[in-house]
Amino acid sequence: MTDATLPNARRSAWIGQSVTRLEDRPLVAGLGRFVADMDRPRQLHARIVRSPHATGRITDIDCAEADAMPGVTVWTAERLGEVPRIPFRATKISGLEPYVQPVLAVERVRYVGEPVAIVFAEDPYVAEDAAETIFVDVEDDNPPILDARAAPGTFLPGISTEPVVVEKGYGDVEAAFAAAAHVVELDLATGRHSGIPMEPRGALAEWDAGRGHLDLWGATKRPHWNRDRLAEMFGLSPTCIDLHEPHVGGGFGIRGELYPEDVLVCMGAMRLRRPVKWVEDRREHMMAANHSREQQHLIRAAVDADGHILAIDETLHHDQGAYVRTHGARVADMSIGLLLGPYRVPAYAARAHFRLTAKTPAATYRAPGRFEGSFVRERLMDAIAQRLAMDPLELRRRNFIGTSEMPYQRGLTALESEVVLDSGDYDGLLTKAQDFCGWNDMQAEAAARRAAGEAVGIGLGFFVEKSGLGPSELVRVTIATDGEIEIVTGAASLGQGMETAIAQIAADTLGADYTACRVIHGQTDRITHGWGAHASRVTVMTGEATRRAATELHDRARDMAAELLDALPTDVILDGGRATNTATGDHVTLGQIAAALDPVSPRRGDRQPGLSAEAWFHNTHMNYPYGAHIAMVAVDTETGRTTVERYAISYDVGRAVNPAMIEGQILGGLAQGLGGALLEEFRYDQDGQPLSVTFADYLMPSSAEMPEVAIQILEDAPSPLNPLGLKGSGEAGVTAAGAAIAAAIDDALQRPGLVTRLPVTPQYLHARLAQFDAGGDA
Amino acid sequence: MKPAPFAYYRPATLEDAAARLADGADEGAMILAGGQSLVPMMALRVAYPSELIDLNTVPGLDTPRVEGNTLVIPALVRHATFHTPDPAFGPTGDLMASVVRHIAHHPIRQRGTFCGSLAHADPSSEWALTATTLGAELELLSVRGTRRIPIADWIDGAMSTTREPDEILTAAHLPLIPPGSLSGFYEVSRRAGDFALGMALVVLGMDGDRIGEASIGLGGIEEIPRRIPEAEAALQGQPATPESFATAAQAAMDAVDPMSDATTPASYRRDLAGTVIRRALAQAATRLPAPV
Repeated sequence: MTDATLPNARRSAWIGQSVTRLEDRPLVAGLGRFVADMDRPRQLHARIVRSPHATGRITDIDCAEADAMPGVTVWTAERLGEVPRIPFRATKISGLEPYVQPVLAVERVRYVGEPVAIVFAEDPYVAEDAAETIFVDVEDDNPPILDARAAPGTFLPGISTEPVVVEKGYGDVEAAFAAAAHVVELDLATGRHSGIPMEPRGALAEWDAGRGHLDLWGATKRPHWNRDRLAEMFGLSPTCIDLHEPHVGGGFGIRGELYPEDVLVCMGAMRLRRPVKWVEDRREHMMAANHSREQQHLIRAAVDADGHILAIDETLHHDQGAYVRTHGARVADMSIGLLLGPYRVPAYAARAHFRLTAKTPAATYRAPGRFEGSFVRERLMDAIAQRLAMDPLELRRRNFIGTSEMPYQRGLTALESEVVLDSGDYDGLLTKAQDFCGWNDMQAEAAARRAAGEAVGIGLGFFVEKSGLGPSELVRVTIATDGEIEIVTGAASLGQGMETAIAQIAADTLGADYTACRVIHGQTDRITHGWGAHASRVTVMTGEATRRAATELHDRARDMAAELLDALPTDVILDGGRATNTATGDHVTLGQIAAALDPVSPRRGDRQPGLSAEAWFHNTHMNYPYGAHIAMVAVDTETGRTTVERYAISYDVGRAVNPAMIEGQILGGLAQGLGGALLEEFRYDQDGQPLSVTFADYLMPSSAEMPEVAIQILEDAPSPLNPLGLKGSGEAGVTAAGAAIAAAIDDALQRPGLVTRLPVTPQYLHARLAQFDAGGDA
Repeated sequence: MKPAPFAYYRPATLEDAAARLADGADEGAMILAGGQSLVPMMALRVAYPSELIDLNTVPGLDTPRVEGNTLVIPALVRHATFHTPDPAFGPTGDLMASVVRHIAHHPIRQRGTFCGSLAHADPSSEWALTATTLGAELELLSVRGTRRIPIADWIDGAMSTTREPDEILTAAHLPLIPPGSLSGFYEVSRRAGDFALGMALVVLGMDGDRIGEASIGLGGIEEIPRRIPEAEAALQGQPATPESFATAAQAAMDAVDPMSDATTPASYRRDLAGTVIRRALAQAATRLPAPV
């Protein structure tokens, strides 16, 4: 038990190391258990019958043929009876209740893909055969509304299709515009996208009638909230429902919300007294899971002669789709709440028209409101620079909020909290980003290639993200007698690597190996509370709660170890999974310490039995990481095709727990950002028929479309809101991609202000170039 | 994405397949070769074959061969065969090697077939354009006998052919490009491997430093891939220069009747027709001997 070369300080420091991911082994070895891999004895298979009509009053749902099929059960809204509606979880805006989607369409259909019936059968093929025989007849009474700027229509008698206009602002905007040397106005739009995780949704529910207990597998993102709402809807105690998160193939914000299908699967299990399994197929995913991003912005800036912004006036039309789902008006609300990014804006007035259209309902998708808002804000900055004939980076520098102004009270709210920029050195990051990407060399290369006839350009988008959304998180850390460390959290994993990051924080605090840590998440039967995985919150919230619980355990373990080692607690350090007496070199393992704390261990004395601790972290404010995207593109002027040649992202994450995983987050996010900037769009025809329901029509970037990407992770502005200085990194790769690509295309074509909407498809650019050169507006 | 019920049959010979197809054609029996379009269509319930007659068990259909001046491509020759074509295929093989990498993605090319692509007749089919530009003849088998028809009489609309329901497309006969000809191919798609928005395949017979006979094929622009005689005429007797290529491209733009849909207007496709023809011609011209 003696170590000859005794350390006088801790050797293990896991935070900051790019260790390999704990969660990867089962995933790469084919041992993953996704919801489609799960089965329960006697299970039925469900299939949703979806509306083929964008709008209309239901006159008949013909189920006769399906009803006659052996072993098939069909429910419509009428057969289902009254079901409580799925409530909101993410809004303080009232008055949205009439717009909530029923689990099956009642009286009307409002978008193509809306569930109108559910079929249960012994086999998924039979379920699909039966579903195909069910016909929904509707009476087309009103043409579908497909443009959020069109005049609102009637949702229900006396209720408009504009549920709310969210207004935010401060200062005297009118006076600022009256005094402005320049007024710059832009009309901009972003297309309709979604997260499109590799694995579509799924649910498997089992009702234990004897115990009066419901289990639901396939949950993720918000298991505890979803459990509590299901309990309310079914009149059950929350203690009688458990949600289980299996492996999850990506979520990106759209996955894991409480959807109609989840409720229907549970009801099937409870009423039919057999387990029910539903696995979404890709085509229905494209028209059923949440969409996002579709917005139109009319934005104006009042600017003085030196390029200082005096005021911004913004009108947003947010295309919500056919119903309001769990997020309420959150995306529209935060779009205008977080629009201003890194800039000092003395006066601001914004209004968000939250409007329903005959499309799939929308909610959050990775960097919701910020992908759109960064495109709009950075387009505006470039347009101001163009108007003043000023370098666009210098213009940004003039308007950056300075380090001395931090923390900076925005005077706005977003995600139900006050926006207070906690820390940041925007000017410093911009300088580092320029150095990192070789800005001057890139500019020279682009200029030379343009002189030789190519259309090559460079664009920059600066952004402020938000992360670490509270309100709370609870973690329980337990050290077993073999020294393995179990960390239980109510957060969730959609594949982002949270197990590894949390293990690193726990290992660092406890002086243990991170591979000795096992992180349990997304299981309501393992922990009482949890707020899930969204809003780049897990590393911050679960991370800090883990640090607190591990700190308590560290102290208790050291106290026990001191007695075992006959040492003063202050002479004992925990490192490498053992406690060492620095005076003698003697040591005991964490497992031995845990064994000594067994309830019946004679060594325990009066100490608390076991080696387990719980800790909470509560947080009323988000924190605000930030960064810059820099893109170099080449445009084929004849075909309108854009090739992204190089890309650089600089990002200040406060404290990087695992730099390689942060790079992975940013790189994956960028793929989605470039998809939104250049390729992806849900399109509809004039009848509201969706045109993008396969991967042949909804184009996501493949490896062939990804550029060479350089990522710079900075730690210059740790968050003052938690001791480790943590900020999140889940959304940084997406946020300013549209902004940077738009600017780069303008530059490549030497036509400032050319790009006014995303995605910049070849067809759009081809038409837009002709229009721009003819002097037309967007 | 589960197909409707269907029967499945493995014939031993082409004659067996034809007999089975004759029996089942009225109910909707279909031939399965590579299945890279048909099977997804079944999963989406866009196609409902009553029975699949799977040619994959029939021997002797998987290797192309040269017969005289013709490349014979039987029904089970996969796209991937043309990644590294037999040197005996000459310049035709080189051209097909440059075309094939635009067909979807590597795994799909291992399974999908040349003849299947002609039978499916998607307007964006690279092989339909190749067969059209080179003037292929198709060999059809039914219990009523065999017949051969020129490709121009085969495709009669987007995803539509003149095949009788009981007929099997057993082989394509592709005239080999004559020695000394120049060829080029250019395709524009949204992403690598996507369906073509537009593409051109050109073959120029050279008469000294002048263009002799020109074959200019255009795909993805109209519902049916076709040769553009106006562009061909514009090149006849001209030097192979950017100017003559631009004239031919303009002639094609004036001549085409492009498809239009919600994503891609006809105006885009018309301009694209000119672009892909010019670029295919420029690529062909890179194979000209360097001026002395």
